[in-house]
Amino acid sequence: MSQSHAAHDEHHDHAPSGLMRWVTTTNHKDIGTLYLSFSLLMFFVGGAMAMVIRAELFQPGLQFVDPQFFNSMTTIHALVMIFGAVMPAFVGLANWMVPMMIGAPDMALPRMNNWSFWLLPFAFTLLLSTFFMPGGAPAGGWTMYAPLVMQTGDAFPFLIFAVHIMGISSIMGAINIIATVFNMRAPGMTFMKLPLFVWTWIITAFLLIASMPVLAGAVTMLLTDKFFGTSFFSAAGGGDPVMFQHIFWFFGHPEVYIMILPAFGVVSAIVPTFARKPLFGYSSMVYATASIAFLSFIVWAHHMFTVGMPLAGELFFMYTTVLIAVPTGVKVFNWVATMWKGSMTFETPMLFALGFIVMFTIGGFSGLMLGVTPADFQYHDTYFVVAHFHYVLVTGAVFSIMAAAYFWLPKWTGHMYDEKLGKLHFWLSTIFVNVLFFPQHFLGLAGMPRRIPDYNVQFADWNMVSSIGGFLFGISQLLFAYIVIKCVRGGQKATSQVWEGAHGLEWTLPSPPPYHSFTTPPVVK
Amino acid sequence: MIRRIQHRGFVAAFAALCALLWPFGAAADWTLNMRQGVTSISQEVYGLHMIILWVCVVIGIIVFGAMFWSILHHRKSKGVQAAHFHENTLVEIVWTLIPFGILIFLAVPATKALINIENTGNADLTIKVTGYQWKWRYEYIDEGVSFFSTLESKSNEARHLKSGIDVATIDNYLLDVDNPVVVPVGKKIRFLTTANDVIHAWWVPDLGWKRDAIPGFINESWARVEKAGVYRGQCAELCGKDHGFMPIVVVAKEEADYRKWVEDQKAAQAAALQADNPDREWAMEELMAKGESVYNANCVACHQADGKGMAGVKPIAGSPVATGDVADHIDVVMFGRTGTAMAAFSQLGDADIAAVITYQRNSFGNAAGDLVQPSTIKNEYR
Repeated sequence: MSQSHAAHDEHHDHAPSGLMRWVTTTNHKDIGTLYLSFSLLMFFVGGAMAMVIRAELFQPGLQFVDPQFFNSMTTIHALVMIFGAVMPAFVGLANWMVPMMIGAPDMALPRMNNWSFWLLPFAFTLLLSTFFMPGGAPAGGWTMYAPLVMQTGDAFPFLIFAVHIMGISSIMGAINIIATVFNMRAPGMTFMKLPLFVWTWIITAFLLIASMPVLAGAVTMLLTDKFFGTSFFSAAGGGDPVMFQHIFWFFGHPEVYIMILPAFGVVSAIVPTFARKPLFGYSSMVYATASIAFLSFIVWAHHMFTVGMPLAGELFFMYTTVLIAVPTGVKVFNWVATMWKGSMTFETPMLFALGFIVMFTIGGFSGLMLGVTPADFQYHDTYFVVAHFHYVLVTGAVFSIMAAAYFWLPKWTGHMYDEKLGKLHFWLSTIFVNVLFFPQHFLGLAGMPRRIPDYNVQFADWNMVSSIGGFLFGISQLLFAYIVIKCVRGGQKATSQVWEGAHGLEWTLPSPPPYHSFTTPPVVK
Repeated sequence: MIRRIQHRGFVAAFAALCALLWPFGAAADWTLNMRQGVTSISQEVYGLHMIILWVCVVIGIIVFGAMFWSILHHRKSKGVQAAHFHENTLVEIVWTLIPFGILIFLAVPATKALINIENTGNADLTIKVTGYQWKWRYEYIDEGVSFFSTLESKSNEARHLKSGIDVATIDNYLLDVDNPVVVPVGKKIRFLTTANDVIHAWWVPDLGWKRDAIPGFINESWARVEKAGVYRGQCAELCGKDHGFMPIVVVAKEEADYRKWVEDQKAAQAAALQADNPDREWAMEELMAKGESVYNANCVACHQADGKGMAGVKPIAGSPVATGDVADHIDVVMFGRTGTAMAAFSQLGDADIAAVITYQRNSFGNAAGDLVQPSTIKNEYR
């Protein structure tokens, strides 16, 4: 996609070319492309680790890796997928789309934009280099619970600093989006006219700014506990191991919504386009998103119902947790109402958006079940939880990213992607992701704990099914990479509007859009 | 009765779904659902689980039904013209209030169940459960009985990478222990959970709950087992390398059998205490023989059978600690090394500690030649 819009860029011939163009770029589209490419690379790195996990769990008994390495796989798979794949993908989408959607020439803080991207390769080099260190890569789980994480070998400070750098990058990205939307909207583009993708991203940006420093604080306390003799989380020194979990999840739950609110925005852009009908209940969608964001700060302890909280605490967190079902339900109902009496077609982005709605809702249902404290005493830390969060993160967040890529690729590259292959990719992904994750509900209910490298033969059947689904889902994603590369290289020319039912400022620009999106602000009526 | 019908419906619904997902079908023994368990708590939790599940299934059928109806009928290919409505405040209010009502309907039984689960008073007996990397210790507070419970040896041999043993031939692979925790049927048992090193979680699905075992904390839970039998579970909180290999076995016995078991335990412990008398002089051979078994029960998982350690674990073979000053060696074994995986082992008996140190100093090519008397441990380190 890079070459194509560079070709359209007559008045920027003085910009460096080759590698230096990408290193020094301050352009929102270039940086969006960098984020998205990095995210795709990390998706395959994290995916390769998932393949190792599923290969080891294919049969009972240990066949391929020792338990310590297995724990490193689950730990680093999670960190790479969360901080390396899903979050950068959404920042990349925001970089590309937010200025075009609000009628701005670029992001408000372009140099910071460059820096916030270029921190990421360094953060992940630090993190992945730990595989070659004495003691191996971190293996205490991505949640880094004290005191277990203290047993990490030489990798420990690298883990902490990698998390710090990822956090700095995210916070800068969030500041940039807020600054852009608050200051650079075209005349007449009032807040209640913003596309929902922009709305969900502003709210996400505030969540990032509020929660990432909390994570940074938590891991800094781990660092001082390890190297400077403090005892924040060590019971022997008068500290409290449970306090780490409270602080971590005060970050961790908003983090969950950081990864799903922009997905809501993507789906809210795609469904009306292919239903050829305006989004139903725009303002209620905005309020529902804001309610979810608010609630995300008062539900954190549902991740730790089994630590032994007082009854009143357990009741409070149970009630607030199940309450999230209300605004989330409103969103799903609004999407269905948008489709109702529309004139629908089912191109690949729409297929992924519909897949998102169904399978994210399944993840929402299991989330409701997990929120009911007494039942959670059985579900907690089993494969039921693994199934739940992969439904919301893979068939939720990742499916929405796929939908967004297919939806906007023609705008970015000026070429239509291969529709037949896109549909094939959708159906392969949807079938195999369910073969992969649905049986994990059964495993959890039958009593299989998560994060174990080996299991009793009673769990063998569903694990084998799940692994087969996993391998096939993994292979299917190579098709996605192929489709994207093919589309960047060429294909049928895309019009400005691309999709018959598309509305919004980004569709008034040519495909691919000019280097500086809107040099004269459009007027929004 | 209702429960059984619910269960059958659940199986049918999911069997249909699985048949779609997996053409080879869902054989009857492929477990799908939560077990009902053998305590009033587990049955209450199971009932709650089924209620929420059915609420979700019904909502799912309605919402997805409407969606798929729309997908089938409101298509451009059928020549449908799109309507233009996009707002209706009344509808928004209705579909905010209905889910809210459903949540209140769910919250009532959930609150009742939670209050019951947290009521740990009036227990008939108390068992303290302590998590270690990677075993459990059980202490019967009122009886003075205590013991460690570790993975049973056949599973332990088979679980290693390329062990060459077919795990399907082992009964209760990874779910069996050397010393199960024995409880009386029909009595309210209070479990106190805590941990020695990192956080663990004690979970037996048939009891209906799990509870974290956290260093520095003592958590309370309770169970009244209604049926004699053997109930198996596992550690449920990631606790390091061998997290998957520290199972839990609860054996529920009738009161009389339970009493007999307690008396047998007391007698066995008294005899062991006699044999391990720390005040007498121990011979080298005795210490070496005992040390080997203590090593194999406590050290081998990390330091390995050849004493050479593994990634992140220091070797004992040729190490400065095991060949240098004996006081340092005792210090490491008894109190651990903070910030590393080396835990404190002061919970072991005097003779065990003395024996294992003697064994380590004179095995794996180490030839310190010295021995540690149990009396040294007792008199100088306790």
